[in-house]
Amino acid sequence: MEWIAPANPSRFLALAERLLPWLAAATALAFAAGLYEAFFVAPEDYQQGATVRIMFIHVPGAWLGMLGWTIMSVAALGTLVWRHPLADVALKTAAPLGAAFTFVCLVTGALWGRPMWGTYWVWDARLTSVLVLFLMYLGLIALWRAIEDPARAGRAAAALTLVGAINLPIIKFSVDWWNTLHQPASLLRVGAPTIHPAILVPLLVMALAFTLLFLTLYLCAMRNEILRRRVRTLRLLQAQAAQGA
Amino acid sequence: MTALAALLLRDMRLAVRVGGGALMGVLFFLLVVTMVPFGVGPDLKLLARIGPAILWLGALLATLLGLDRLLAADHDDGSLDLIVMSHAPLELAVAAKAMAHWLTTGLPLVIAAPLLGIFLNIDGAAIGIVALTLVVGTPALTFIGLIGAALAVALERGGLLLPVLVLPLTVPVLIFGISAADAAILNAAPFGAPFLILIALTLMSVVIGPFAAAAVLRHGLD
Repeated sequence: MEWIAPANPSRFLALAERLLPWLAAATALAFAAGLYEAFFVAPEDYQQGATVRIMFIHVPGAWLGMLGWTIMSVAALGTLVWRHPLADVALKTAAPLGAAFTFVCLVTGALWGRPMWGTYWVWDARLTSVLVLFLMYLGLIALWRAIEDPARAGRAAAALTLVGAINLPIIKFSVDWWNTLHQPASLLRVGAPTIHPAILVPLLVMALAFTLLFLTLYLCAMRNEILRRRVRTLRLLQAQAAQGA
Repeated sequence: MTALAALLLRDMRLAVRVGGGALMGVLFFLLVVTMVPFGVGPDLKLLARIGPAILWLGALLATLLGLDRLLAADHDDGSLDLIVMSHAPLELAVAAKAMAHWLTTGLPLVIAAPLLGIFLNIDGAAIGIVALTLVVGTPALTFIGLIGAALAVALERGGLLLPVLVLPLTVPVLIFGISAADAAILNAAPFGAPFLILIALTLMSVVIGPFAAAAVLRHGLD
């Protein structure tokens, strides 16, 4: 099968059916390994104690929230520039997933901030820009639901996704550009990561588990969306036939 | 007269004539500024402290409410289709419409701001600074709102969708506008840095807004 074959929705459905059991199994294994590492292998922080373990959910949630919008931006280019048949399906289904992971990031961050900083929320650059990302996700989902025809909705949503992509570098560099309460970058920065391997390895395993979870749910959601559109088309044909008869 | 100049003048004439759309924004601005002391209490020192922020938020909300006048009216009577199909580049056409919209909606807000600043007990020099940041920042609000207006143009029951889409995109303009105003009033930080960034945001939105809106209109209109 050529690599471009999955552009055909039926071939994509077949491919998704084959891949999903493996992805689901891999996700379960990765979570098992990651949670074991997070709770039993990673040491407690000398200052924060056991609450540092929230990081193993909070940080992957943040990464996946941003990865969601990045995937959506690529899908948006696929819709507007390359006219890929499944691009707007990819765009539509990534939005609720990305929003969910961003929400997890915000909530776990607030729960972590209460014991650590003494406050659930502070209006610094990093938290504000992630909140704006969450609001843009919700706005995008609202736009999808407001337009009846899926193809037209896809094009409008693609334009909004590309405009909103400006927020991603703002989030990433917010801790560098502004004086923030949120800690500065520890991993993707100039120079080596500043996290000790004993905490870095569980973090990366959990990040892998979260990414596999995202991919599994994403394939399920894309499959559901394709089937939903087929049902809609069948209903429209049925209504037309009934009208004509 | 070129097509773009004709479009600009047409929009300005319509805005001044039809339903008082231009001055309705100023009226809403006045109402918002009046509501605030009911909410936070009449303490004059407090109002002077938050005054620049109230003026900025009022200008933002008044601009948002006026945005559905930008493209929806033309869509309803079919002239938007003519504009899309005309020889003039669509990006420049929507930029001309946004410029006309700012001249008739945004600029009256800026002119009204000093008068409303008196209600909020902001002193003279500070009023001038807030007005300066507003005159630089309100075009950014209009041109970013142009993108939302293009997205919402075909929705009959758009409702609150337009503000929901536009508000997150206008957050940087709001942040730097108020940062510049506060920096100059309180003398706590240099005024030049946030002011220059505000100018940069306006210039960027004047470019990006029309391109994005034109792309949406071309792809989205059936």
